[in-house]
Amino acid sequence: MIHQAVRSDEGIGEGFLEELLSHPEGHDILACMQCGTCSGSCPLGLAMEYPPRRMILQARRRDMAPVLSSPSVWMCVGCYTCTLRCPREIDLTDTLWPAVRDRALQEGLQPPAELQTALQNLYMYGNVLGKSPRKRLEWARGLDVPLTDLSKERAAVEVLWLVGCYPSYYPRNQVVSREFARMMTCLGISWGVLGVKEKSLGDCDRLFGEEGLFETLVETNKELFERQKFKTIVLLDPHSYRALEVFYPRYDAGFPAQHYTMFLADRLEQLRPLLTRPVPCRVTYHDNCCVGRRCGSYEPPRALLEAIPGVEVVEMERNRENALCCGGGGGGMWLDGHITEHGGKRLSDERIREAAATGADVLAVSCPYELSRFEDSAKVAGLEDRIVVRDIIELLAESMGLGERR
Amino acid sequence: MKIAVVLRQVPDPIEPLELMPDEKALDYGEAGFLVNESDEHALEQALLLAEDGTAEVTVLAFDFGDVETTLFSAAAKGVDRILTIPWEEPFPPGTDVATALFADAIRSVRPDCILIGCQAHDELEGAFGPRLAVELELPYLGVVRGVRQTAKEMVLEAHKEYPGAAKARMSVQLPAVLGILAADQPPRYVPVSRIREAMKSAEFEELELESVPPSVAVSVARLSFPLRGDGARMLEGNEREVAEQIAEILVEKGVLT
Repeated sequence: MIHQAVRSDEGIGEGFLEELLSHPEGHDILACMQCGTCSGSCPLGLAMEYPPRRMILQARRRDMAPVLSSPSVWMCVGCYTCTLRCPREIDLTDTLWPAVRDRALQEGLQPPAELQTALQNLYMYGNVLGKSPRKRLEWARGLDVPLTDLSKERAAVEVLWLVGCYPSYYPRNQVVSREFARMMTCLGISWGVLGVKEKSLGDCDRLFGEEGLFETLVETNKELFERQKFKTIVLLDPHSYRALEVFYPRYDAGFPAQHYTMFLADRLEQLRPLLTRPVPCRVTYHDNCCVGRRCGSYEPPRALLEAIPGVEVVEMERNRENALCCGGGGGGMWLDGHITEHGGKRLSDERIREAAATGADVLAVSCPYELSRFEDSAKVAGLEDRIVVRDIIELLAESMGLGERR
Repeated sequence: MKIAVVLRQVPDPIEPLELMPDEKALDYGEAGFLVNESDEHALEQALLLAEDGTAEVTVLAFDFGDVETTLFSAAAKGVDRILTIPWEEPFPPGTDVATALFADAIRSVRPDCILIGCQAHDELEGAFGPRLAVELELPYLGVVRGVRQTAKEMVLEAHKEYPGAAKARMSVQLPAVLGILAADQPPRYVPVSRIREAMKSAEFEELELESVPPSVAVSVARLSFPLRGDGARMLEGNEREVAEQIAEILVEKGVLT
């Protein structure tokens, strides 16, 4: 039972179905034929007392109290497999789960403590890591190319680069940020960052069910972006890209945006002559769920990897739309304790074994969460001597002679 | 029962702390503030008591900096009344002044029970809780971990912890001041949508206090960051050998002669 701030179950979940039906895609829930494809394909479905099919059933029975107070509410990692598989094309990940979580929060049912900390950090500091907003540019310390800080100067740039929380603050990801900065400069692209004014786009908190926090961040970011002069926004974080692409337009805050794999793949012909140094390795690529299953972009990351001399790309058994999630999305990054307790495993541990089974010596990723998740999992699985985890940017930068790690 | 909860804003340690040139105070120029952690527990405890019975919860805070964020959050959690004490400086008063002003404010509320956090990391002039109790001429029970309502309306049961897993249940005759270490459950998470609603509807009452803040009784001679040494020295050997080495070190440092 999830810890409750309210003392009685009476009235919990009342009117949930009506509330769900009032969402833009909520009405689709009525099309559910209870086939169970969603629950059957959910990588954590077996660990859920109330997987998606049962949740819908309970909603229709107007009996949501047991669902809302069960650990299942906080088990979804936003992998979009249920959404993709649903024969009735019900958008379960972006509609059902946020609505259930939002209702749980509104009822005073407390999310796991680790998630609460992340949410509070986002609200107070604009980043999940609870770091000082004044240290947003810490990643650029020692950067050897010019940086346009749009929080200090007004400038028109081709690319407004939203660096993201992990790439700004987390030491392992800061390396990738500096390499991407060098890469854009090398490609002759004018780019700028928001420096101390940058805040999270609120991508995951919408899936946490924290709609109010998401709206607060949308309002702040919309105002901030509207004051900038740029052609496109580029993001390292696929969750943020998904937020900007899918959710922001619903708040009249649409901006042209690309995930970096799409942005670089569009410039592959310009990039190719710069990839001069061989990087001899066997690489398998992990499709992240937001750019992959949610937005259907599978080839750009592979095109980038195949362009690197010396790289041999091999596929995992589950790839593209069938790829197994790393378990970090939808709030999973801050729910490892809860999910391991109730699910008995971390998906990233399973995925790293799958990657190693290909014989690859590099697991390539394109999501800031995945570097730390998979590096952790490689240690847990005892595979750290057999496979290393590298962002695609790192491999490209090495081939361009711009890398920091070998 | 009427419960008053004091919420204090303390410097946020996520920002690097700097000292003023005279080293007698923090440089608050770049500092951010957040609600004192054990005060948050005091608020949670008050809300739990209110949910168990019919208590009315009033929150008091100095009006400076970003206190509204804290107070809107308290409103969203369901407190009944929010009182602010005018404060012109961009940083919180020391314990002396805070004690006098909060005591004045609390007298105007006439609560049966005052819940405060039992500690704050900026209490340079001594602990606030006992001094507030003295000022109000009320008993004080500190380092409390959980409070329950008893069958008698004006008697609470306070729980305390002691070394060796010992615990105590104490009957507290109200009125009294309780210094809360931890509430019966962690401070609740309140969704931001509720806070946004509170921003539209919550009302703060500004207190007009007649008393003049007293002169500061305790003065800070000098603040210092913790000194960094060269690291720990591990003492090897049996008990006697280690004891002899400790004695030698104490002599060497001038503690023993």
